[in-house]
Amino acid sequence: MRHDLDATFSALADPTRRAILARLALGEATVMELAEPFEMSQPAISRHLKVLEGAGLIVRRVEGTKRPCRLAADAIREMDQWLNMLREALARNYDRLDQVLADMQSEQGKEAK
Amino acid sequence: MSKMTLRTEGDTHVVVTRRFAAPPEAVYRAHIEPEIIKKWMVGPEGWTMPVCINEAKPGGKIRYEWSDGKGGGFYLTGEFISLEPSRRIVHVERMHLPDPTPDNHVETVFEPDGQGTLMTMRMTLPDSDTRTAMLSTGMEQGMEASYARLEETLKAEGRY
Repeated sequence: MRHDLDATFSALADPTRRAILARLALGEATVMELAEPFEMSQPAISRHLKVLEGAGLIVRRVEGTKRPCRLAADAIREMDQWLNMLREALARNYDRLDQVLADMQSEQGKEAK
Repeated sequence: MSKMTLRTEGDTHVVVTRRFAAPPEAVYRAHIEPEIIKKWMVGPEGWTMPVCINEAKPGGKIRYEWSDGKGGGFYLTGEFISLEPSRRIVHVERMHLPDPTPDNHVETVFEPDGQGTLMTMRMTLPDSDTRTAMLSTGMEQGMEASYARLEETLKAEGRY
């Protein structure tokens, strides 16, 4: 299912909502569980969840009086891409180190001559 | 080229491995000599490491400061626990954002791998919540970069 790109962008533009998604990447959570680490009221968290739900990034189910949230399948794929991005940032450092090591080796070669 | 791996292990570990063409002596030096560290451990494009203190001896201090060149930045402090030249570095570190994060205990091992080196960096966090927080923070930054890049790509294509 394609969601409106604008809705996805504005949903992702907020740091609290990105943090909520990062938390949900680790598993399902209730509003109460989400409100705790962010030191926000439950109604404030609920408003963020509504935006995320509207953008198709999360889905909610009914369990008694609770409505636990989890990432939508599309969002999980996006999350994988983001985790890859984190790997890439670290990988870039090491790619630079490759070059630094190559320079060290060639300098050593010069000194030996 | 996918030379690096990053995975979680158990509840509290994160393990990174990377192969290098250079021998262990050189890769080890690149991890303890400040002038060399400053050349590569700079993070995202455009960032620099203006301060790099690395007293490579047991109990020696570590302090790395990163800057985005626009007044933004953060720093890391730590202490060395033990060092075996060309083989192994054990240290603890914490980020200051600006509040310090819980200690991350890091063991970095350099093993000969043909002509080169296999490096294994094993991080141990105090508990699984801390590890979650660390990975989430990293992920959030990755998401920020991703969001910015996606937006730029779409702008360039005139679609947004």
